[in-house]
Amino acid sequence: MSLTLVQQKKRKITYSYLGLVPFLVFFLFPLYWMLITAFKPDSEITSLKGIPFIIHSVPTLDHFKFILFKTRFIQWFWNSFQIAIVVTIITMIVSILGAYAISRLRFLGSRYFGVGIFCTYLVPPALLFIPFYKVVGILGLINTKWCLLFLYPTLTVPFCTWILIGYFTAIPRALDEAAFVDGATYIQMLTRVFLPVAAPGLIASTLFAFTVSWAQFLYPLAYIYRDEEKVLTNGIYTTLIRGDVYHWGELMGGALLASVPVVVLFAFLMDYYIAGLTRGTIK
Amino acid sequence: MVTIASTVNGRSSPGILSRLKSRRYAAYWMVLPLVILIAGLVVYPFVYSVYLSFENKAETKFVGLKNYKRLLNYKTFWLVTGNSFRFTLTAVFFKATLGLILALILNNLPFGGQRIWRGVSLIPWVMPLALSSMGWWWIFEPTHSAINWIIVQFGGTPKPWLSDPFWARVSCIVTNIWFGTPFFMIMYLAGLKSIPESLYEAAQIDGARALQRFRYVTFPMLSKLIGITVMFSTIVTFANFDIVRILTRGGPRYTTHLFGTYAFNIGIESGHLPRGSAVALFMFPVLGLAAFFILRNIARGEE
Repeated sequence: MSLTLVQQKKRKITYSYLGLVPFLVFFLFPLYWMLITAFKPDSEITSLKGIPFIIHSVPTLDHFKFILFKTRFIQWFWNSFQIAIVVTIITMIVSILGAYAISRLRFLGSRYFGVGIFCTYLVPPALLFIPFYKVVGILGLINTKWCLLFLYPTLTVPFCTWILIGYFTAIPRALDEAAFVDGATYIQMLTRVFLPVAAPGLIASTLFAFTVSWAQFLYPLAYIYRDEEKVLTNGIYTTLIRGDVYHWGELMGGALLASVPVVVLFAFLMDYYIAGLTRGTIK
Repeated sequence: MVTIASTVNGRSSPGILSRLKSRRYAAYWMVLPLVILIAGLVVYPFVYSVYLSFENKAETKFVGLKNYKRLLNYKTFWLVTGNSFRFTLTAVFFKATLGLILALILNNLPFGGQRIWRGVSLIPWVMPLALSSMGWWWIFEPTHSAINWIIVQFGGTPKPWLSDPFWARVSCIVTNIWFGTPFFMIMYLAGLKSIPESLYEAAQIDGARALQRFRYVTFPMLSKLIGITVMFSTIVTFANFDIVRILTRGGPRYTTHLFGTYAFNIGIESGHLPRGSAVALFMFPVLGLAAFFILRNIARGEE
């Protein structure tokens, strides 16, 4: 009896792995195809002979050399990085203070704040980019990367505040009451009690803010046309595609290189991110 | 807590009282940046876009509902409306179904394998969508690329993926399914973990087979989460911009445009900001409905 149970379990695991295969092929094929294209010489990309899923001739670094030395890729990378870092810092300051006040220091209307924050999802970038076009223009920030500094927090702050409210509310009240009685100020309570205890939530929201800033496409596409001010997403899209001649090798190489920082960050911090994402809704 | 507080109270009660009073002011100061941000950068632009949509192209005259009326008379606008709903409904349906199947599969795996493959399955969702869409764009290239090569190997005729209205829509939807399925998987997987093992044991004792356990235990326990996740994804999918912009730019002949890309086309590229605003605002009722549903569900869960 117990033997069959073990066998049953083994069979279940085998079938599960079999069922996983088509998903993995679907998920990973585009990446493989991008990778292999980036290393193929142009003559092979446009050749119709042979199986296209392997490189027949010698893999080439020409596409990467072109991206790094003949385009402004490095400048865009640096722009993306600067913007993402500053937006993340702004986001964390605003969200931490807001979430702390909402979850602990009760004040008039604090109960409705959670709902209000959630409602900002009703106004996505696809709806906001037109009024922002006017606002950015009036502020004289069209064609500069700096306009992104005040546009991106609208995408990051609501979600990060939402995550942090969840983490802060879960901290036992006894902890901050004890600190309060010991004479701690509100800021000390925040830095000595709340931030250390909610560290996983801080990691999750930092990661969220950084990746959202890194990945945004619509705002830079709409407001930034000068090559040296572009970020990675719109830079690659508008510059590596010229007329009807698509430089597939360069395009794929650029898209992959631009994804590396985000994918690496996730590889290390994914567990925090998943916990932050799911804890609000699963209960 | 009470005992400690009262003993300490004897010593420092005035301090605590005045500090309790200052608590409210501290809260207002702390929440101020958040309020400024939401009021100034979400609420204000939204109201402004409503105002803008009542103006003429040169933004010199108030024309009332003219932009909206014009749009309602455009065949193209109704085409875009149809596209947006078709895109959202199809993509969300497949994402929700495939995500559930994938979550059930991963949930069966032993801990180590589960962690690794869950991470690998998340890659499409982690990668910036604009960049991975460029990869899909290349995949769908008709002459030199992958999909048509495979089709030809199996004796089929190559498809003009991005230049035929039907296949262009399929391409955009497939790309969205690829991107969004991992999100559903991660939500469902977390939900599956929160179902108490005892429920399955009880079902087992009652003689329920695998399918019945899913039908009577797993599905009812997940249903609320499925609802929230579906609505959440509906908001994001309906407002999608990157995929269509990169794969087809709305073509061929507007057959793949969504509200977001069409608003960009009219507002930025054709320079008619007020009418572009009106297009984008047509998204609002659907987004509002979805958000209302989510809030109602979350609020119910807190009771």
